[in-house]
Amino acid sequence: MAAPVQRRALWAEGLLLLAIALFCIFPFYWMVTTSLKTQVVALESPPVWTFTPTLANYWEVLFEDKVGASLINSIIVAVCTTTLAVVLGTPAAYALARFEFRGKQDLWFWFITNRFVSPVVLAFPVFLISRELGLRDTHLALILMYLTFTLPIVIWICTDQFRSIPRELDEAALLEGASQWRIFRSICLPLAMPGVAVSSILSFIFSWNELLFAYILAPKAAKTAPAMAITFMEGYDVPYGKIMATSTLIVIPVLIFALIASKHLVRGLTMGAVK
Amino acid sequence: MTAHVRRKTIIAFLGPAVAALVLVGIAPLLYAVWKSLHNFNLTKQAQSRFVWFDNYATVLTDPVFWQAMGRTATLFLISVPIQIALGLLIAIVLHRPGLTFFKTLTRLSLVLPMATTYAVVGLLAQVMLNQKYGVVNQMLGWIGIDPINFIGDPTNAFIAVIIWDIWQWTPFVALVLLAGLSTVPPEIEEAATLETKSQWLVLRYVQLPFLIPSLVAVLILRTADTLKLFDMPFTMTRGGPGSATEFIAVLIERVGNRQFDIGMASAQAIIMLAITIFLARLYIRFFYREVN
Repeated sequence: MAAPVQRRALWAEGLLLLAIALFCIFPFYWMVTTSLKTQVVALESPPVWTFTPTLANYWEVLFEDKVGASLINSIIVAVCTTTLAVVLGTPAAYALARFEFRGKQDLWFWFITNRFVSPVVLAFPVFLISRELGLRDTHLALILMYLTFTLPIVIWICTDQFRSIPRELDEAALLEGASQWRIFRSICLPLAMPGVAVSSILSFIFSWNELLFAYILAPKAAKTAPAMAITFMEGYDVPYGKIMATSTLIVIPVLIFALIASKHLVRGLTMGAVK
Repeated sequence: MTAHVRRKTIIAFLGPAVAALVLVGIAPLLYAVWKSLHNFNLTKQAQSRFVWFDNYATVLTDPVFWQAMGRTATLFLISVPIQIALGLLIAIVLHRPGLTFFKTLTRLSLVLPMATTYAVVGLLAQVMLNQKYGVVNQMLGWIGIDPINFIGDPTNAFIAVIIWDIWQWTPFVALVLLAGLSTVPPEIEEAATLETKSQWLVLRYVQLPFLIPSLVAVLILRTADTLKLFDMPFTMTRGGPGSATEFIAVLIERVGNRQFDIGMASAQAIIMLAITIFLARLYIRFFYREVN
């Protein structure tokens, strides 16, 4: 008697899982298939599910509509800000994990509050300042501003990582006469590489996705891919295939990174509140 | 225990990061506070002058500002409870033993929405919700519902933002709550399931206490992110039609970037920031006292 009931429950659970997965994935399926449609096919009403795919949209956006250049801008900005965040953030994380000093709690609290500051608060003053300094529409302005979220992520995740390294290692090295910097550089940092990798991936994803700073600070030469994608909506004739091709090009790298770091993405989004 | 570390060493390790964050985080914030005390419009910079708290007085009595705040609160009050309810359901299903392989796949697919570029979510919404060419209306047609003008109608556009917010953030809530469920000691959970068949009782009296920290984290972060919400509605509707989806961050962007009134936009932004921090502290005080 019990077995069929259990089996039915298992089926129900399986179907529920399938529904959840489909709900999450369907928009991506639609995005990719639309990107392979010509404008004529994309404007069929009702929409068609089977058609002859074409890569023409990708060709056009990459080479005629400067999406290629904006993707390169996005890569430059995301890679540079991530590198900078790791270079500045790992020593700070080490200090928070290992040293005792006054005001440590306050420093933590200050790092946490960065998660709550909306870019819209900082965007206008930075717009004015960067205009004065001649930094408007440069990669540098975006690289620096993205530190407001990449640096805290690196510090959080790496502090956790450094704490998990046994202190005995440090102490042994200290007895050998190694300097703190050398212990950090040669012993702890290599052991903390998993944390560095995870926080780098998360920094990359968040910088890659950012729109508001990019939209306000980099209108032309340094325009990033998300800011480029939204310009397609401004004409009268909305090119569906091209918009979805651009979207696919933007989203594919972050999805790959997100899957690689899937276990840690939530940790990054909650700034360590959830392990 | 801790090695005696000289002040100089600490400064050498922490200094660069702190200096960088002061430069990009604090300095612009102070500059925003300074500008918020000015009557400062980009198109009329010559007429810029110090006006004390005039901008704040204007913002606090401005119905447009409070309407945008109200819209943001409405979005939060509708979508976050749904996200928590659905997220809890998903987390409970994923937490049950069995079907491990399918559960891993489902978990991986849950990661995708929250990593998706928010601007792209807005674009996807435009394409999928179109009245004539959109696949969502086609699907509604299969169950006999007439095509809905999602983007062009004020109420429907608001509903569309809610739907996409739920799509993008329910997985996040689910995974946070799942992490919370895994903090329940297995032996307690097993003992409870032997005592009662009611999943509800187990949830209420055994699992819920362990979920409180996750729920607080969800509330705080969803509050902060809803107040920040810009990319998705901006891309989908530019705040329209009319001002139906002009949430607080979209309003501030419009005042500063499209009306060039940076003094006013700064005052709005500072008030928004104050509200964010106030709410975050309120949650922490209110909920953590419940636990302890």
